[in-house]
Amino acid sequence: MIYDVVILGGGPAGLAAAVEAKNDGAEKVLILERDRELGGILNQCIHNGFGLHTFNEELTGPEYAERYIQKVKDLNIPYMLDTMVLDMHDNGDLKSIHVINEENGYMIIETKAVVLTMGCRERTSGAIGIPGYRPSGVFTAGTAQRFINMEGYMPGKEVVILGSGDIGLIMARRMTLEGAHVQAVCELMPYSNGLVRNIVQCLDDYDIPLKLSHTITFIHGKDRLEGVTVAKVDEKLKVIPGTEEFIPCDTLLLSVGLIPENEITRNAGVVMDNRTNGAIVGEMRQTSMPGVFACGNVVHVHDLVDFVSEEAVLAGKGAAKYIKGDLDTEITFTTTNGDGIGYVVPQQVAMTNVEEKVTFYMRVRQVFKDKVVNAYIGDQLIATKKEKKLLPAEMVNFKIAKDVLAQYPAGEIRFVVEEAK
Amino acid sequence: MKKDMTCIVCPIGCQMTIEEKADGTYEVTGNTCKRGPKYAINEMTNPTRVIPTTVVIKNAMLPRLPVKTAEPIPKGQIFDAMAVINQVVVEAPIKTGDVVIKDLLGLGIDVVATRTMDKC
Ligand SMILES: Cc1cc2nc3c(=O)[nH]c(=O)nc-3n(C[C@H](O)[C@H](O)[C@H](O)COP(=O)(O)OP(=O)(O)OC[C@H]3O[C@@H](n4cnc5c(N)ncnc54)[C@H](O)[C@@H]3O)c2cc1C
Ligand code: SF4
Repeated sequence: MIYDVVILGGGPAGLAAAVEAKNDGAEKVLILERDRELGGILNQCIHNGFGLHTFNEELTGPEYAERYIQKVKDLNIPYMLDTMVLDMHDNGDLKSIHVINEENGYMIIETKAVVLTMGCRERTSGAIGIPGYRPSGVFTAGTAQRFINMEGYMPGKEVVILGSGDIGLIMARRMTLEGAHVQAVCELMPYSNGLVRNIVQCLDDYDIPLKLSHTITFIHGKDRLEGVTVAKVDEKLKVIPGTEEFIPCDTLLLSVGLIPENEITRNAGVVMDNRTNGAIVGEMRQTSMPGVFACGNVVHVHDLVDFVSEEAVLAGKGAAKYIKGDLDTEITFTTTNGDGIGYVVPQQVAMTNVEEKVTFYMRVRQVFKDKVVNAYIGDQLIATKKEKKLLPAEMVNFKIAKDVLAQYPAGEIRFVVEEAK
Repeated sequence: MKKDMTCIVCPIGCQMTIEEKADGTYEVTGNTCKRGPKYAINEMTNPTRVIPTTVVIKNAMLPRLPVKTAEPIPKGQIFDAMAVINQVVVEAPIKTGDVVIKDLLGLGIDVVATRTMDKC
């Protein structure tokens, strides 16, 4: 059997893309998921704060996932669980997906279009290299989240958290609620990497100190963690001698960032963007490989699941258009990040596929107050977005109407942070 | 009295300012939607939070079931609520929205399941 659209990953991105592709006329859609259930990372995110934009109510992660899983079931979209995707090959009109599961062993699945929705994984301590041993008691925040929320296993009692990403903040509150004592959250940068609401709700509510411009310089303990040395850093992020402080603890959680999971993408030869660590995508989330689309955290790390779902709708629509031969591939615009902006997604726009507007997602490089984000083509200012506060932790979404873009024949759209005029 | 606060009703996190007027009413600025002022006034008069946590579940694929308070509860009673919730053991099957604890701490607020778990 040849599928129309195969979705690699059954998280919120994969579920929303599958639903959209099916609704748009793709008949044979299949979701492949390596876990024992659909829902992706949302199954362990039991906290509330999901879906306010999509459903206009505040849901927990599992509730948000369940709404999409229900849609998949209502549309009778088949899915395979406990099924690991190993590889993807481009054979021109068809792609072959190499997968393995216990029931069928090794299989090759053929499809006209593919949507990549593998999400991301956490950076680990090895990746950041703190001196000391690697005793038990050192976890990534996401692993601890899975242990506590799904397996019911408490990693420890006296806790230090390195990194103020959202997962770290959420886990500071979660461990406190379950009776642990969180001594501090240490953040290398002079600002937090988490959403403001998480700092208020997870740290301030429980008087947990956030030590900005602090890092861990040594991990103590050989078999079990005994403590960490924490020190202050200067503007160049160098440790300031004499500021070291020993904090006894039995648990260290690392929340030092996420990396898109793109081994399959890279091996297949899809062109990547080293700013996002994801594929270069167009307005419908098409990649450099015709018929291959990507959306969600595998493209760039999202802080809000609502934007993941929004992006997945584009990819699902794009895949359905592609199999009908309706997807235009001629690139009208490319995008680039100017001063103050770290990256922009999508990196390319084919205007004939655009319906009413294009939403550009981007992240700023540092904290800005009372600035604007401007979009230029050449030296022509085409759109402006005002923000009271721009934070690296909070993705900017910048919508430009089709009418505005249509005034320009082609070119490069450059996004920059500038003074408000 | 004037107070700066961050709205936490949704992840946008608007920076708001709330001011108590002489006549006892409040004026809120900086919000993007109407949920902001409601939250700000509540924070000044009776701060509350939804508590998402887990309870023990038997005969399901996993040993823990995620739950939440159906409504926000007073901030001061969070740990009392946790002590009660941690005593509960439920049996699969459970559906999202099923009441796991009725009338938590006499607050008139239920604790409900936030996912469906089949028997296995
Ligand atoms: C801890 C945490 C807290 C968050 N809190 C919030 C919040 O409060 N509010 C909010 O709106 N958003 C929040 N988010 C963000 C949001 O949940 C994520 O952005 C979203 O889940 C990403 O969806 P995804 O489908 O791209 O990835 P994922 O959910 O990671 O799904 C990817 C799926 O692909 C599968 N997969 C990967 N590789 C393979 C393979 N080779 N073969 C088969 N399957 C594979 C994985 O098993 C997984 O199920 C949070 C995220 C995290 C991690
Ligand atoms: S005011 Fe509205 S948009 Fe702003 S954070 Fe609160 S709920 Fe969200």
